[in-house]
Order: sequence, then C-alpha cells, then structure tokens
Amino acid sequence: MPQKKISIRIDGELLSARDGQTILDVARANNKFIPTLCYLKGLSAVGACRLCMVEVSGIQKLLPACTTPAQDGMSVITTTPKLTRYRKIALELLLVERNHICAICVSNGHCELQNMARTLGVTHARYPYNYPRLPVDVSHERFVMDHNRCILCTRCVRACDEVEGAHVWDVTARGIQSLLTCELNESWGASRTCTSCGKCVQACPTGALAEKGWAVEEMTKRDDNVSRLAVRRGGLV
Amino acid sequence: MSKIKLATVWLDGCAGCHMSLLDIDESLAAVAGKADIVYGPLVDAQEFPEGVDVTLVEGAVSSQDDLKKIQVIRKRSRLVVALGDCAVTSNVSAMRNTIPVRKLLDRVYLKGVQSQPGIPNDGVPALLKHAVPVHEVVKVDLHVPGCPPPAATILSVVAELLEGRKPDLGTKAKFG
Repeated sequence: MPQKKISIRIDGELLSARDGQTILDVARANNKFIPTLCYLKGLSAVGACRLCMVEVSGIQKLLPACTTPAQDGMSVITTTPKLTRYRKIALELLLVERNHICAICVSNGHCELQNMARTLGVTHARYPYNYPRLPVDVSHERFVMDHNRCILCTRCVRACDEVEGAHVWDVTARGIQSLLTCELNESWGASRTCTSCGKCVQACPTGALAEKGWAVEEMTKRDDNVSRLAVRRGGLV
Repeated sequence: MSKIKLATVWLDGCAGCHMSLLDIDESLAAVAGKADIVYGPLVDAQEFPEGVDVTLVEGAVSSQDDLKKIQVIRKRSRLVVALGDCAVTSNVSAMRNTIPVRKLLDRVYLKGVQSQPGIPNDGVPALLKHAVPVHEVVKVDLHVPGCPPPAATILSVVAELLEGRKPDLGTKAKFG
C-alpha cells in the first residue's frame, strides 16, 4: 500500500514527504542542513544531543527534528538567531562536561563533536569546565572505551542493539553521573555477549570508542557502513 | 601612525603556539613594520609595560604566578587574545585537574623519583587547584583555538588586529 503523501514547509519551501517521516528525514531528503550528533541514519532516533532543535509554527517550545514526525501543513524553521544560540549552548555544555582534549585524541581531525564546533563557529566554551575523573576501559583485546570523550549520544548502544542484536552497551545512572556501561557493569574484555564486531566503534562520533593501535589523529570511522547495515535490516531510512 | 604595541605571553603551555607564530616566516617582517613587540619570550623586557594594544596569551592559568601575571596583563592591555587550546580550553595543561595537587606533587617528586626526593618550594610558584582557561579568570576579547593554531590563522588574526579590526574566525577555528 503506498504511503500517504503529505506536504510541509521547511524554511518557507514547500516540500512533499511521506507520512511517518520525521522533520529531519524530510530536511535531509531535500538537502537542507540541520546539525545533529546523536542521529545516525538507520538507527532509531532518541533526541539526545539537542542540536537538531527547530521552530515549528504555532508551537511555543522548540522541537527536536530527529524525533518529531512531519505532519501535513506543518511549517518548520531550521535557522534563527535563537536556534543558533541554543545549539551553541548545547555544544558548549558537551565540551565542558567531560575531558575533551582534542590535541591528544585518536579522533582529532575526524571527530564529529570537533567538526560541529567548527561548523557552529564555537571558538570557546563560556561555562566552567567540569574536569570529572573518569575511567578508561582497555580490557577488550581490540578496542578501547574512554569515558572522558563520551557525549552519551548512545549511537553505540543503538548500533549494538538494533544492528548487531547483542545489546552489550547501555547507560547507567542518572543526570551528570550517567555513564556508558558494558553489560551489567562488566569490563568490556570480560563481556560474554560482545561479538567484537566493532559496530559501536564505527558508530561513535568522537574518540570515546576506538580501535587499539592508533595514535593521535589516526582513527577514522565508517559510520556509513553501520547505516547501510541498519537500513538493510529494515531500519529507519 | 605610531606603531601598535604587541605583547606575547607564555603561561602554562608548551611554547608550540609561539613556534606557530614564528612559522609565519617572512610575514614577521611585515608585522615588525607595523608593531613593536614590547613583551614576551621573544624579547628581553622584564616587566609587562603599560598601554599595550594587543596581547597574545599562550597557555592555561595554572599557578599563582600565572594568575598574578594575567591580572596585570588584563589591566595593561586593550585587547587580550587567548591563543591556542591551552589558553582557550586549558587542554593538556588540564590533564592534571582530576588529581588533587598534593597527590600529584607526591607522585611526581616523591614516589616517582630515583634520587633526591623533595617537593620544590623555593623559587617556584604554587599550583592552583585547577589549570583553567584564561577567560575563566579575566575577560578575553578573542579566542583562537588550535593546538597549535596554524601559522596562517595566526597571521590573519594578527594582520586584522594590526589594521584595527576585530578578526572574524567564522568556521576557520578548530580545536586540536
């Protein structure tokens, strides 16, 4: 059965969309840029990073484009001074929350967080740095998990659960204490469900999950491969 | 037109930003034609002078001495530029911040040495609890991230400042 067609406006342009698509889906399909960090094509959307916030006519609050379904007649604005300000705030808070030291990171130069700062024109963080003391899990034979560089986007959690079907990763605790956790708080190397497929590493936007054996700037990721597999499995397009 | 008074300062950093500044090569001659470098590791001045137009600050604020210096610098400079990731984010200098200062010094100077253990306290300034970005201590007028910022970026920033304009880094600036 063909899906119902709907029309929405994005930044004034009238676009046709399929019923069930999100605002972000429609924007991407029409080459309109909305910044994202926690979104990865093919995986379920969670609206964690708050960078894709948009304004929708008639609604007072801002809505995340990745989780808001497009509705017939909807009018969306993707770029306003207010949205730019809020996106910068969200990004700066990510930068100060943990110890993101680009200069010594395996993903320096290939990091989505670093690139997003550049795209949004963030030259510094206006908030005091948090400097939390966080562990680095090097127990896995091939991979490393560095909590200092994690932004809790949960792309690894979803890639492992929805594509690999192993659900090794999840998030434990609440608020500022939230931490990525392996199984029931095991070290990664002791995991009995991890298949060592590496999809979590490829899906990770920063240097939080990386392969061993790479030095600064050397770790490049192929999250497009995770997306392709996810779409083949019938994931969200 | 009188020359612009330019100062550079080296706080808790590795001198890499100053090296990158020197990497503008022959453009240094053009800068020297328009500005006097009145203070910094590249010149001999012992005291930070009054009435400086532009000060480029490399490094995080990490010790009592850094703190005193940057406060004087702020008072005596019209524009303060945080140059490089240590000045902008505290960067590598901040890697000690998760360890209490006392424990850190113990580990480095007492437990970590083969001979003559002892925490130096004569002629060296006390460390602050945290190494922090410059703008957490004093007002900063411009941030130029990068570890180090590329020579071309520094040159474009300095050139704009010498012309009396505020540089717009736009999307050129990058951490790391």
